[in-house]
Amino acid sequence: MSATTGGKDPFIANLNKIYAGYTGGFLAFVVILGILEQLGVPDRIIGYLFVFLTIGVYAYIGIISRTAQVAEYYVAGRKVPAVYNGMATGSDWMSAASFIGMAGSLYALGYGGLAFILGWTGGYMLVAVLLAPYLRKFGQYTVPDFLGARYGGNLARLIGVVVLITASFVYVVAQIVGVGIITQRFLDVSFAVAVFLGLAGILVCSMLGGMRAVTWTQVAQYIILIIAYLIPAILMSVKVTGVPLPQLMYGVALERIEGLEAAFRAAGQTPPPGVVGFHTAPFIGPNGQFSMSAAVNFFALVFCLMVGTAALPHILMRYFTTPSVREARASVAWSLFFIFLLYFTAPAYAAFGKLEIYQNFINQPIASLPEWVKNWQIMSPYGVPWINIVDANRDGILQWNEFRIHPDVVVLATPEIAGMPYVIAGMVAAGGLAAALSTADGLLLALANALSHDIYYKMINRNAPTKQRLIIARALLILVAIAAAWTAGNMGADILFLVAWAFSIAAAGLFAALVMGVWYKKTTNTAACVGMVVGYVVTFGYLIWSEFFGLYFVELFGTKEAILNAARAAANLPQASAELKAYASALVANASAIQDGTFAWFGKALSGWGMNTDHVVLRGRIVARLWGINNISGGIFGVPLAFLTIYVVSQFTKAPSQAMQDFVESIRIPKGGVRLADAREAVKE
Amino acid sequence: MPLAEPVNEPAPPPAAVVAPETARAYWRKTSNLMWTVLAIWFIAGFGVHVFAPSLNPIHIAGFPLGFYFAAQGSLIVFVLGLWWFAKRQNQIDEEFGVQEDE
Repeated sequence: MSATTGGKDPFIANLNKIYAGYTGGFLAFVVILGILEQLGVPDRIIGYLFVFLTIGVYAYIGIISRTAQVAEYYVAGRKVPAVYNGMATGSDWMSAASFIGMAGSLYALGYGGLAFILGWTGGYMLVAVLLAPYLRKFGQYTVPDFLGARYGGNLARLIGVVVLITASFVYVVAQIVGVGIITQRFLDVSFAVAVFLGLAGILVCSMLGGMRAVTWTQVAQYIILIIAYLIPAILMSVKVTGVPLPQLMYGVALERIEGLEAAFRAAGQTPPPGVVGFHTAPFIGPNGQFSMSAAVNFFALVFCLMVGTAALPHILMRYFTTPSVREARASVAWSLFFIFLLYFTAPAYAAFGKLEIYQNFINQPIASLPEWVKNWQIMSPYGVPWINIVDANRDGILQWNEFRIHPDVVVLATPEIAGMPYVIAGMVAAGGLAAALSTADGLLLALANALSHDIYYKMINRNAPTKQRLIIARALLILVAIAAAWTAGNMGADILFLVAWAFSIAAAGLFAALVMGVWYKKTTNTAACVGMVVGYVVTFGYLIWSEFFGLYFVELFGTKEAILNAARAAANLPQASAELKAYASALVANASAIQDGTFAWFGKALSGWGMNTDHVVLRGRIVARLWGINNISGGIFGVPLAFLTIYVVSQFTKAPSQAMQDFVESIRIPKGGVRLADAREAVKE
Repeated sequence: MPLAEPVNEPAPPPAAVVAPETARAYWRKTSNLMWTVLAIWFIAGFGVHVFAPSLNPIHIAGFPLGFYFAAQGSLIVFVLGLWWFAKRQNQIDEEFGVQEDE
């Protein structure tokens, strides 16, 4: 794959053949391993072969795609056809959370988990209509490039970079934790070693070839992850219904689950902690009755995930790589199609997995559980075994609430639960690894590019020669990767919940400024900068405040009843620090002296709709909820506020120059060149 | 830091490629399409799910209808909606002659 500059790249011309051969090769590899398993090759060897051979292929693609050209490094030479960019975006997008976590969330939450399905697909409508074609027409290298060119230079660029780094860093750390979880289980190494193995896999894909290498690796990773996800779902569907179409047939499983749930309840059993007992019922509280708070949180989460999708720079920058505006639009549609293939399978995966467990294990003697359960009784980073069998009533029979499976291993363990050969489990692990590695690649590249291109080249040394820029880009890539791996290794799974925050942070910080930059010509530089800061500070501040200082938050915004409840919970919370316990106990001891918080009038503004400011105990902390909204959906406050701020401030500040308005005109129209308002914002290739 | 402030190259910006009236009409039509797609997005993403509790008692092939819309129906609308959008926007581009030169 030589770095050609003309239109006829032999690699691009033969993409279909190359990837068809690759797909066939992977399937043949799975079949061969299946035969080896039957011949008695131990499971452990099969796990090793899957992990090392797939990473080896990614590394090979990464190395042959190396490049010394800036445009190849940052935007893959802008010649990625729409379909392939769609596949690359699909795997860039679908992370460990989608592949490993989502069916697990659906298993646990039932209808409530569908917020992730809706939120992580619907956002592409916003991407396609509001942003992708215009960012492609603008046509430079990064999302902060657009902010800099549209909003008068380095201040806007810098704010964009800060939001980008906050959102992408927490996200990439979570991917590395995901890689660690998989390699730990299938290679039998310690978590810290697993993290650094994963890191090597990520770096070898992206370091030499930048966006070009990441693009072609991501296509390869998409193919593996979708095959690995569909095959077990199809096998389960055949097993339960006889028809290999899980997405159409899992209605049967849903009906049986509803029946089994009703039977368990009739026998006086309760679901295990964290699992709802009504799989298909929408917006319910613990007893199955309608809950306003559940409904509000469902829609707020859908909103934040959708808007976050349309604001995450590692996704938006993928649409810089298509050859034209027209292809950028088609490419968003392809992206969503490829994502859809996995997402409309996930609820089926969850339903068949749940049915297997409910039918085969619940109400069976614990002594007769199959052998593989032991493999998953290893300790998770959360301090409990992945599959936790607790004989609470000591009758030797496994009741509903005694089979506790962590949502993160539902997908990985389901092939074994359903009695499939180990080769399928190994393939699923390879798929999860592909999902985590591809997203980590995209995120690391977005982070390193923001630092090397936006900070170093555009703000520090504008005259840096090409060679030096690429050296700096690669050095920063390694540094960011090591920082992320270090954070993952030290904080482990405690940081996973931060992924959902990334969406709210990106949504509140970037979405309004990007959209209004294209769609509202009168948006001024000051307004955009103030709007980004307001969105970012309000959302990030709310997340930190409610998560880590929940009791204090309730003291300010809660009624006296809410304060007393939160104080009681804090005083009885085993994981709470000694100071917090003492402080909370003092409040409880002096309960009659508690007054409504200073801003209780604000906190109860929506209590007429059943939305009260309160707290929940989550992740070993007292987490505050303004108007009952979980902080995972914190962007619901920041996004509208950012739009409002930008609109209002634009009315009071000096209107953009004619040159700037011409610039906006020129990116709205596919034809012709882009008329930059400031020539210094141009990027030299 | 750069030694000297980079010169603001006096290269004249490329002239507008379409007449201002055409650009305005094009943008009006594009904006209408944008609002149409956002309306579809809002209904499929939020609107129908408000009725999930009342739709759920209806079962089709085992699927409670409210559950089905959130798990699959809305997703299909999103995917088809995007194909339609890409096609429709291309038509608008060609109608006003602002599509990219091949």
